[in-house]
Amino acid sequence: MYRYDDIDETLVAERVTEFREQTRRFLAGELSEEEFRPLRLRNGLYIQRHAPMLRIAIPYGLLSAAQLRKLGDIAHRYDRDYGHFTTRQNLQLNWPALASVPDILAELATVQMHAIQTSGNCVRNVTADHLAGVAPDELDDPRPYCEIIRQWASVHPEFTYLPRKFKIAVTGSPADRAASEVHDVGLHMRRNALGEIGFEVLVGGGLGRAPVIGQVIRDFLPLADLLSYLEAILRVYNRYGRRDNIHKARIKVLVKSLGVLQFRAEVETEWQSSRADAPHLPQAEVERVRACFRPPPYACLANIDVTANREPEFRAWYRYNTRPHRVPGYRAVVVSLKAHGRPPGDMTSAQMAALASLAEEVSFGLIRVAHDQNLVLADVRQQDLYATWLALSRQDLATANIGMLTDIIACPGLDFCGLANAGTISVARDIQQRFDDLDYLYDLGEIEIKMSGCMNACGHHHVGHIGILGVEKHGEEWYQITLGGSVNGFTALGEVIGPSVRQHAVPETIERIIEVYRERRAEGERLIDTYRRIGMVPFKERVYASRAQAA
Amino acid sequence: MRRVLRRREIIADVWRHFEEEPPTAGDARNLIIPLLELRADPQTWSAYPGPLGVRIAPADKVEDLAADLPRLALIAVEFPSPTEGRGYTQGRLLRGRLGFAGELRAVGAAVKRDLIFALVRCGFDAFEVAPGEDLMACAHAYSRYTVAYQPGAPGSLSLRQRFSA
Repeated sequence: MYRYDDIDETLVAERVTEFREQTRRFLAGELSEEEFRPLRLRNGLYIQRHAPMLRIAIPYGLLSAAQLRKLGDIAHRYDRDYGHFTTRQNLQLNWPALASVPDILAELATVQMHAIQTSGNCVRNVTADHLAGVAPDELDDPRPYCEIIRQWASVHPEFTYLPRKFKIAVTGSPADRAASEVHDVGLHMRRNALGEIGFEVLVGGGLGRAPVIGQVIRDFLPLADLLSYLEAILRVYNRYGRRDNIHKARIKVLVKSLGVLQFRAEVETEWQSSRADAPHLPQAEVERVRACFRPPPYACLANIDVTANREPEFRAWYRYNTRPHRVPGYRAVVVSLKAHGRPPGDMTSAQMAALASLAEEVSFGLIRVAHDQNLVLADVRQQDLYATWLALSRQDLATANIGMLTDIIACPGLDFCGLANAGTISVARDIQQRFDDLDYLYDLGEIEIKMSGCMNACGHHHVGHIGILGVEKHGEEWYQITLGGSVNGFTALGEVIGPSVRQHAVPETIERIIEVYRERRAEGERLIDTYRRIGMVPFKERVYASRAQAA
Repeated sequence: MRRVLRRREIIADVWRHFEEEPPTAGDARNLIIPLLELRADPQTWSAYPGPLGVRIAPADKVEDLAADLPRLALIAVEFPSPTEGRGYTQGRLLRGRLGFAGELRAVGAAVKRDLIFALVRCGFDAFEVAPGEDLMACAHAYSRYTVAYQPGAPGSLSLRQRFSA
């Protein structure tokens, strides 16, 4: 993984000093809440329903064992012994004291971590495929380019007060496990005829209030031009993005209002005028960063059958929670943060410490955060899988439900978030309770449920096979259900099935959707496939049929 | 007299704004006028006998000032609120693309120490800070960071830097 050099370390240390001084002035009444707000947000600090929330950056989701151990330690000493992994591969602490946040940031700096630009109207954490570097279908490892973008975007003098937040995702694989098409900028790695690395550039994707799929504005951007072209996009956005209405301030609205061709023309004109003054990306720097992501020293092994004569629980876990690896003799292991009854994405300090040690033993001391709120040990020897499963099981991290209906993505919802309209954690728990039988889940196959507590769509509900959106009606929590959304190489936005339902009716609604699927599915068809084939009507009719009719 | 921060030094301001005291006949003191004023009566203002500056708002397009630049000794860029970010780009473009070499001054209620470092790197060299803000603390903000990833505007702070232009 990337190791800070002296420039990186100095910058993070100076940032901590700066924020310590800003926090002091706020607590002393020298800064108003309005003045402090943009300063704390771009250091990851929200003021939420019960307490502040600190969002710690995990660049492109990659953690060392020492970093994960430190996160567990911070959660233990400064918070309530747990943290929450998000769809943007970050970690949120829900109960830190405002006055101790500068100390937490200083602790993070000791393991080369920070909370820079995890919120605020600036370039946010750059996200990537959680199987980067190990996936068999990958063109090239996107993480060196994510790291270069991270550095370029950090404490940027010109683009720290954009009209709205700005999210960039990079993927090196056609399967697009980074949801890049619903980001402000999505970069798809490509090779040209000469074999040189470059990027297809998409712009204007995003979820939130008006979900949009990004559009291509450049088929092939040479690597050397990466930063100058991003500067041109951001400059056009900074100048012309709307600032009068927070709901119309994302770049997707600018792209829509200009039209993608006009937007593209603006960017190209700006780029031609500015590329000479823009940051240059020298090949030596690319090589320096790429060297940090060289493959670990894999042993020379053959693929083996590890499930023979093992218990069915292990075989299920192997099937659902491990993934193919490009190197023979290895598998990638998904660590489930979706144990039934636990808030999706939550992890205790003890679990973090145990997983850090396990990663050191079996996966070169590295851990990845996936955007679906699970963790990944990417490089486990097949011969170590059984011991890994035993160790994860002891920590309740081996629920064999990855990709299944109970592998629910959910934002923290009304229980924590100041923006939410409705709860998500209790809804996830009720769904997991209703569908607690793993064999039944396996029969249902791959089903993605994604849930957000409000229109901001942190839970990516628009792109869930089943999407659940919390809405407020006359002071009560209701839920709007969508069907047919997807990411992972085929991005589609879900459609609303009908009127929203009350909280207690959500599991029943899902049950009815599942009933229709089970009755109508063809051999080998997933729910999403059946939906695409038969359309919304049969699902809608069943969901809104009176109970007598449904029976 | 108002004090401003200019190139790290706290100095007495030699400029005044049109709204503070409109000029009288024969007046040749340094004067900052709003861009609207300049556009309303360009002939009168091109004949103003003293140094002239113009004040621009976040939505103003700096390219439209290209023809006026030889006449201008100062451009004041407004930062009315802590989240307004267009002025950073205006500074970069004035200094870089348009080659403006006069005083580039940040003005407005949001001009406090927390903005100074980024503004200097975008080419600003003078600050008319918000009422009550500590000018000495603003001067110290020049050295808040000693490193940067991105290149700054031509002639701005020299830092240990990752990417050059």
